[in-house]
Amino acid sequence: MTAPLLQQYEEVVGSEVMQELSVIARHVGKRRMQNINSTPVGGGVAELLGRMVPLLRELGVDATWDVIKGNQTFFATTKAFHNALHGKPIDLTGHMLESYRETTEMNLREINFTGDVIWIHDPQPAGLIAAKTRIGRRWVWRCHIDVSSPDQRVWKFLKPFVDQYDSAIFSMPDFAQQLSIPQFMVAPSIDPLSDKNRELDESTIDQVASKYHLDRERPILTQISRFDRLKDPIGVIAAYRLVKARRDCQLVLAGGGASDDPEGFEVLQEVRNAAENDRDIHVLLLPDGSDLEINALVRASTVVFQKSIREGFGLTVTEALWKKKPVIGGDVGGIRLQILNGITGYLVHSPEGAALRTLQLLADRELRRRMGENGFQHVKQNFLLTRDVKDHMLVMLALEHPDEDVVHAD
Amino acid sequence: MDPSPFHFYTERRLVELTAIKAHNLQELLADLKEAPGSSIFYHTHHRFLAHHFQKPFVYNDFAVWASAAVQTEELAEKLGILDLRRFTSIRQLRETIVAIVEEYLRQTDGHLRSALPGHEFHFCKSKSFIMPTGIVAETPAALATTVPAITNVSLYFHFVEARLRMERATNDFSQWLRAWGAQSLAQEIDSIDPYALTLDELKQAIVALVHKHGVA
Repeated sequence: MTAPLLQQYEEVVGSEVMQELSVIARHVGKRRMQNINSTPVGGGVAELLGRMVPLLRELGVDATWDVIKGNQTFFATTKAFHNALHGKPIDLTGHMLESYRETTEMNLREINFTGDVIWIHDPQPAGLIAAKTRIGRRWVWRCHIDVSSPDQRVWKFLKPFVDQYDSAIFSMPDFAQQLSIPQFMVAPSIDPLSDKNRELDESTIDQVASKYHLDRERPILTQISRFDRLKDPIGVIAAYRLVKARRDCQLVLAGGGASDDPEGFEVLQEVRNAAENDRDIHVLLLPDGSDLEINALVRASTVVFQKSIREGFGLTVTEALWKKKPVIGGDVGGIRLQILNGITGYLVHSPEGAALRTLQLLADRELRRRMGENGFQHVKQNFLLTRDVKDHMLVMLALEHPDEDVVHAD
Repeated sequence: MDPSPFHFYTERRLVELTAIKAHNLQELLADLKEAPGSSIFYHTHHRFLAHHFQKPFVYNDFAVWASAAVQTEELAEKLGILDLRRFTSIRQLRETIVAIVEEYLRQTDGHLRSALPGHEFHFCKSKSFIMPTGIVAETPAALATTVPAITNVSLYFHFVEARLRMERATNDFSQWLRAWGAQSLAQEIDSIDPYALTLDELKQAIVALVHKHGVA
């Protein structure tokens, strides 16, 4: 029989953290928290809600989760919005805006708004705020996207919706926007109990390494990322070659889902070409549901890369640090919050920089051990699901005190 | 009848974003004048609560940014050396920081760097929730056993936040001890520099003073 969630988390984060969550949950009391997003499976938000809602419920908070409906045109539109908010220019048409409005109207008729606090995740369901004039309640817009430099046309379309909320939540200070409502920062998190992050025994790691023809006797350098130029996989291969000229090693470039992403497929081809049949470069296109294998690949690694040219938060960095791996990452976005330079890994600006730091790490087992331990502690204190849950509960309390910096919650 | 016991509180915080950001020192100066007081407090204090793998050289975000993002080491040093104990209001603290930046800008001829994209200074503030811990010191002597049992956040709230953010002029322990007539202990605890110690060291310093005074 599986132990209760609270007990499982306590084994990872300790009793003090869990007691703190219980205290805050008591303050949240009977306030109902209703989450609404656009998909029940796939993607980071569904993953977060699937983990967070059960934990909140076990803490005694009445948390629920609903999903909006939409047709293909709507989801193509919101995917374009997503890309535009990331700063990629799109061709915004009247047809797209009409599809967004129509789908919002349909969901406004169909969704049963049961929460005292209604959490709307990302742009797809943002238009549901229209219900506020009818039913009241408190509304939070939780933006999980990197909106540090959004396409202005799409942002101007969304902003009037966002301004009607009681509060907006962003993942990093860089994402804050000019809004008329309070904005809070809630950093992303990983779940230490998920297949992607839980402890694995050595035999599982061996099996996965052997499945992908990796030699655990020689250093393994790994980058886990979708095949996207912004993740600089070609730069990672360049760094590997510089290292390989001086020290034997293997490279793993593993990522998922390029099927609905023509650019991803193109990048994958470029990466395969750049690998030039080097038997020590392993380019792995992993299907959905490969979490356990990804976990094992990272655990089998000696050094992990996240050499992004642009990055939102970079949860792959969090996941590698949690596994006590030193991470070499691009000096961009949320990677800077996670790689404390020289302490949990190294921030670099070029393939040459990545190679230099890799050589340094490969030559020093004690340095790798120390950095790995630091990275694990850094994630434990700042980027685990339990901290995310705490922040969500505090936002529930904050909404009732919009003008106070100090709230006495006796 | 004895004065009332000391109830320990603790604090949980959310980081609130102001959407105010500075690309260079001129903008930082303008923002320093306009930003909420709680933002000034946040950027001069939040690092004291963070876990550090190495004891930081400075705790003040403005100093860190002046050095790391716009490479003005001299300004960073002037901001870093600020003695936060001197201040009993955020207004005084803000005015002092503004004066230091203004003076620095006067001495330079506008040959100043802008921060690289992604390295701007983002003004934040904290929203704090004060909650009882259930830990109580019935008498001044009980501080010797209760202070080691509280969390660092609780200690920080009673010692640092109470004085500057709540503008109570002294820390909560000293104020309470005075009500018990323990004037000299109150005075000595008030003279501890919390900014020069880690929070664990601060706990030890308080307990040592309670023992030294032998209060009952």
